[in-house]
Amino acid sequence: MNVNDDTARSHLDRSNLDRSNLDLETPEKPYLDANELIINMGPQHPATHGVLRVILKLDGEKVLGTECVIGYLHRGVEKIAENRTYTMFNPYVDRMDYVAAVSNGLGYCEAVEKLMNVEAPARAKYIRVILTELNRVASHQLWLGTHALDIGAMTPLFYTFRDREEILKIFERYCGARLTTHAFRIGGCQYETYAGFEKDVKNFLTFVAPKIDEYEELLTTNRIWLERTKHVGVISGADCVALGVTGPVLRASGVQWDLRKAQPYAAYSDFDFEIPIGENGDTYDRYLVRMQEMRQSLRIVEQAVNAIPEGPIMAKVPKVIKPPVGEIYHSIEAPKGELGYFIVSDGSTQPYRLRVRPPSFVNLQALDIMVRGALVADVIAVIGTLDIVLGEVDR
Amino acid sequence: MLNSFMSYLGSTVTPGEAGNQFWALIYVLIIFTGVSVAVICMNWLERKALAHFQVRLGPMRVGPHGLLQPIADALKLMLKEDIIPAEADQFVFWIAPLIGLLAAFTVYTVIPFGPSQAVSDMNIGILFMLGVSSLGVLGIVVAGWASNSHYPLIGALRSSAQMVSYEVAMGLAVVSAILMTSMNASGTGTLSMIGIVQAQQQQGVWFIFKFFPLGFIAFAIFAIAMVAETNRAPFDLAEAESELTAGFHTEYSGLRWSLFMLAEYAAMIAVSSIAVTLWLGGWMRPFPNLLHAPAWDFIFSLFPGITFGGLAAIAFIGTARMPSHSFFKIQRIGLAVFAALLGFLALLLLVIAVAGRSADASLAARFREGIDYVYWFVLKVAVFMYLFIWYRATWPRYRFDQLMKIGWKVMLPISIGVLMLTAIWALVEPPLWEWMRAHI
Amino acid sequence: MIPVATPWFFYVLAGLAVASGLAVITRRNAVHSALALIVTLLSVAGLYLMLYAPFVAGVQIIVYAGGIMVLFLFVIMLVNIDRAAKERQFNRMWPVGLVAAGTLFALFLSAFLKGKGLFPDRMMRLAEASNTQEIANMLYGEAGRMGQYTFAFEIASLLLLVAILGAVIMTKKKI
Repeated sequence: MNVNDDTARSHLDRSNLDRSNLDLETPEKPYLDANELIINMGPQHPATHGVLRVILKLDGEKVLGTECVIGYLHRGVEKIAENRTYTMFNPYVDRMDYVAAVSNGLGYCEAVEKLMNVEAPARAKYIRVILTELNRVASHQLWLGTHALDIGAMTPLFYTFRDREEILKIFERYCGARLTTHAFRIGGCQYETYAGFEKDVKNFLTFVAPKIDEYEELLTTNRIWLERTKHVGVISGADCVALGVTGPVLRASGVQWDLRKAQPYAAYSDFDFEIPIGENGDTYDRYLVRMQEMRQSLRIVEQAVNAIPEGPIMAKVPKVIKPPVGEIYHSIEAPKGELGYFIVSDGSTQPYRLRVRPPSFVNLQALDIMVRGALVADVIAVIGTLDIVLGEVDR
Repeated sequence: MLNSFMSYLGSTVTPGEAGNQFWALIYVLIIFTGVSVAVICMNWLERKALAHFQVRLGPMRVGPHGLLQPIADALKLMLKEDIIPAEADQFVFWIAPLIGLLAAFTVYTVIPFGPSQAVSDMNIGILFMLGVSSLGVLGIVVAGWASNSHYPLIGALRSSAQMVSYEVAMGLAVVSAILMTSMNASGTGTLSMIGIVQAQQQQGVWFIFKFFPLGFIAFAIFAIAMVAETNRAPFDLAEAESELTAGFHTEYSGLRWSLFMLAEYAAMIAVSSIAVTLWLGGWMRPFPNLLHAPAWDFIFSLFPGITFGGLAAIAFIGTARMPSHSFFKIQRIGLAVFAALLGFLALLLLVIAVAGRSADASLAARFREGIDYVYWFVLKVAVFMYLFIWYRATWPRYRFDQLMKIGWKVMLPISIGVLMLTAIWALVEPPLWEWMRAHI
Repeated sequence: MIPVATPWFFYVLAGLAVASGLAVITRRNAVHSALALIVTLLSVAGLYLMLYAPFVAGVQIIVYAGGIMVLFLFVIMLVNIDRAAKERQFNRMWPVGLVAAGTLFALFLSAFLKGKGLFPDRMMRLAEASNTQEIANMLYGEAGRMGQYTFAFEIASLLLLVAILGAVIMTKKKI
């Protein structure tokens, strides 16, 4: 294995990582004189976005390989699902990707609706789209703040959190919760839009568009930001596809794949928006892709809020939800990537098996490829750019 | 002792030159207190300014608008448990903050606040400054080693490598400023700090504008290098919390850690003072030659009073804007008292400015001159301090290899180039002027 | 600079230099030795000051104490020193060393006693302001009595450049 080989790795070769030396619990030579050093970025670390343990094998400052130890936030959500009814399980879903809870709810509700062969009415779909896209903006804003903070720019964090407050206020007025919203129900939405919902959303749109420009002004052409993010954490499109990486990471590597366009769900086919695609697959491109995605989300919300159809918000769904025997896999484009639900139903009120395909869990595999040959300080930038949420990774 | 006290009054040289140990000691005490107070104010200003940059308020509770927060911080740090790692080397652990502190404070013996307001005007003033600030690196290296843990060690080695690299560029930028001092009639330059400012006075131009843009580039190199010297953003990788290596002062808690922070802030003020002395004309007021009339002298001598008057006005407005709830009564009274103190100081300064407006050697005039010198010097240094805070709020931090690359591959060649061009231009310029005067 | 308490300062600085020099060779801990060496170098800088050579003193602090000793400390800290700390402090050839040191001391003493007549003006009266100028003339001046070291100085700097290049080439992994 030649770590100085910077040629593109066109296939995934896990044999590169010499596992024999990665004795995680008792490293025999954690000292500086030998060339190889095993460092533990422990579960408690300001920059790992949660309880993620990353074990780095270093040669001086260069990273030879990484190993992620996850499970510190495992709560057994999938097992819990087997003992709850479909309706009872709905709030649990928010707690997985707690940053973008609305998307989790959307994916789950749509999966169960598909299993039951029910379709939410048009008004509910529009409300779902509006809230989900607002949630996408909020999630990307949180990502931007924390990513910039990891790289050292302290100020965007406060700006993005201040602007994110407006979205959380809308959520609070709609369903009573800011973060873990439990906004949707199986079959549609439970709550009607409150009086002033459209006005609030439109005010928000005019409020936040110059703010996104403000974030870009601070970072996009800043020389230090460019040096820290360009050519850092490069991953090719082929590697992404081979690993199953989805979301902005995949799109920044040049692959045109967005479930909202490829497999439209929930009224997305009614709207006109673009999918930002990157070229180089480095951290800077992922940053640009997410910034553009924020703007496109605002575009979707603007179209949606001007055209919410009248009608019922809940489909005809029995009180006790008992889907027919069968299995379904339904995925949506969550802010972090493809969030999928695989539900096996045995005809009873509780799912036989519910498997969540979390985007962060699959994207985290790319960490190894992205940081090989990079420096230690880049590991933190790359973890930030992957935009992982440990609630999702561990479930 | 009274003799030694009286014999120095009315002198126009520094106590070091006059050989007056008593007054040298007084100056040292004044500088020590002044720098400590400045560090405390800087701590408050940094927290408040950072907070305002980040759309929040900063400390507001401890004292009106957090003015007593640094005192609370100092008290807390002093009362904290003094933890020494088990396997650490006790003596070296104890001495490490002291080395840094000594190095940072010793620089102040050569910094001139006025033509005779310095502790000692050494003939090698600038060389002394460079030497003593390079001793500060030792404090960091030793602190990292003494913690007996390899994360602080890596952080300390990185910090000190960074400081040593940028010292080279800093030194070369300083040399080009020294070159400019030799552009006087006798053709000899000087290394003494007071001499450098007096050279700027004689040549009628601040060195930042001399041989434009060479002086400006040299100043820019020094300004960037001094940020890297003091381990401040964007070159603060060694102290960043989100990086893997935790920085050389990880194992230090309580009073020892506060000594490190004191040394860091004192070093920041010291290098800013050096930059001000070398390029920004030290204690000279703006436009000393362009606006030379006594009326302009008088107007500029009103500035200290006006500044403090402005600060007092801001404090009064703050008092008026405080909520009139009973919770805030003590804070309102405190802030009002503070505003009154500032206003009193402003009034005092205005009275001195008016009383000493003549240019003779009366006591009031000399007092006013002294205050003016110190005021302009401190104002320029304060601008640099604000810039330090601004950098920290705005920019992300450089990765360590990028930092070293900039220090060696960008700053060093540019500073060598500026030095050579300055030397060439210094040689070519007088004959060129003569030729032009003769033929045009 | 008016001399202040000259004999007292000399004895203090010289004593400090000797004491810290002894500490350099007797300390078991390499970092302690390095710190003691720094104290020695700083006292020597003070002695230079007493000889009315402030430029040399300043350069001694910058180059030696602030540069070379920092690099010494880097190396000491990066090398595994646990093993070295457990070795014997003085090896078995110490009588030979003592004889050599005694001979050297006798040489110095005889040079000092015999050469008292060589330097009648023991008290130097060079003004300190000229130290920088004198050195500058010697190193950069025209060839002749002043400026006698210009060529040697330039050759020495070339030599140092070669040394730097050699060090970089030897340690880089790939060029």
